[in-house]
Amino acid sequence: MMRRINSLPKGVGVGYKPQHFSDILNDPAPVTWLEIHAENYMGAGGRPLAQLRALSDKFPISVHGVGLSIGSEGRLDPDHLARLKHLNTWLEPASFSEHLAWSTHDMGFYNDLLPLPYTETTLKTVCDHIDEVQDSLGRQMLLENPSSYLAFSESSMDEISFLREVTTRTGCGLLLDVNNVFVSATNLQMDARAYIDAFPLDKVGEIHLGGHDEDEDDHGAPLLIDSHGREVADPVWTLYAHTIEKGGVKPTLIEWDTDVPDWSVLVDEAKRAVAHLSPVPA
Amino acid sequence: MKPQVSQSAFIQAAMNPDLETPRGIVGPDGMPAPKRFSVYRNNIIVSLKEAMNDGFPAVASLVGEPFFAAMSDIYIRQNPPKSPILALFGADFPEFITKFEPAASLPYLADVARLEFALRLAYHCADTTPVDPQAFANANVFSATLSFAPTVSALRSDYPVTQIRVAALGGPQPTGGAEDVLITRPDLDPIATAFPNGTVAIIDALQAGLPFGEAIEAGPDALDLPAFIGTLISGGAITKLEYDNV
Repeated sequence: MMRRINSLPKGVGVGYKPQHFSDILNDPAPVTWLEIHAENYMGAGGRPLAQLRALSDKFPISVHGVGLSIGSEGRLDPDHLARLKHLNTWLEPASFSEHLAWSTHDMGFYNDLLPLPYTETTLKTVCDHIDEVQDSLGRQMLLENPSSYLAFSESSMDEISFLREVTTRTGCGLLLDVNNVFVSATNLQMDARAYIDAFPLDKVGEIHLGGHDEDEDDHGAPLLIDSHGREVADPVWTLYAHTIEKGGVKPTLIEWDTDVPDWSVLVDEAKRAVAHLSPVPA
Repeated sequence: MKPQVSQSAFIQAAMNPDLETPRGIVGPDGMPAPKRFSVYRNNIIVSLKEAMNDGFPAVASLVGEPFFAAMSDIYIRQNPPKSPILALFGADFPEFITKFEPAASLPYLADVARLEFALRLAYHCADTTPVDPQAFANANVFSATLSFAPTVSALRSDYPVTQIRVAALGGPQPTGGAEDVLITRPDLDPIATAFPNGTVAIIDALQAGLPFGEAIEAGPDALDLPAFIGTLISGGAITKLEYDNV
């Protein structure tokens, strides 16, 4: 089967919010591509699809699913996979990505990216699901590393070993969320830089950057929450710079999903990312 | 053997704060981590409450934020979304309201929810091409059968539900009584137009395939017919006019 490979430009994109529609068309500034959440564009028509069509005439679009539940113990929802296929066929996006997480159980959809243990059993299930997605869509997908708040005592391998094995078995690419790395490393008391150093960066087709909130765990230690509701934190920028230095320039997305700011604020964040991608003048 | 956390156990505990954190969920020290688990408890309910607020702004305004949050909390735990498409979430919220005792003093609340959900569905409906308005100038138009755009729906209310909704969103106070409401989508933004009680019978008759003239006879005497037809035309409500050429 012909497999469509991801083709996002190696520049900076932003997560599209409808309130920015006119701003983006009038003055996209440094933004060269857009990402949408697939589930917001699964209606039959109306303004959402009309806007998306108009944007897709001007920008490469990345379709980012948040509801496929690839980490489910049970099978993928065939109706939802069919909707994704329809959107992919209609839009022909530059990239399709989903999460290493689950959100659906027993016909209920819980609208969060829920965690799974890393075991031989979950590895096989996730790989089967990714095979099914890639076969159905006729393209390679990217799988995003999660933000972790807790661990499972049953886990028998670390996250990077798990992700590496998934890419080997399925041929999928990875979406590296650098904020998630920082959040998980803080929360699980690991070294974020060592995570990046061990990550299969050659498999990364896209990077995400977003803001997080700060809380405390059961013992008063810092617990970071992946909220996407503010600017990217300084140590995440530092980690991003390290990632680019080590893995080269990648398509990079600014995510801001709650308390969405004015377009100009997103542009400022995008400019900050662009500065990391430009070669340093000699 | 280390404890295994099934997704069923995870979600039951996440949706029911009275249940303990499943064994096997730990912090970096390998110890039980209820506060860490509560991040998911919180994320799920907060994100779905946001979806309810986005989907039912007039209902939220009518009952006030604390009441709406409490009502949504109960609704979400009893009726979690059945699909990842949150645009469809809340379909059975009007029905839930009718049985929700604490809201009994606002008997029109369920109708407002029904109206908000109908407008939301219309927003996401397929695009269709309406008939040329000139088609209604045909002398035989009342013998035609009409096909509706998928954006069209109708509801009956014992209350001035369109006005109550507008008032809840900052408009003038409602006057008048029972309404039949026609929802159309002139371009991309759905609108609700109020007609006298009984008007929905015309829509029902048209959808049953009766000719336009006969269907109108099923409607109330008080109906302003030109205004009704005007709403159908301006709302792009009719996609086909067919004449039985016998």
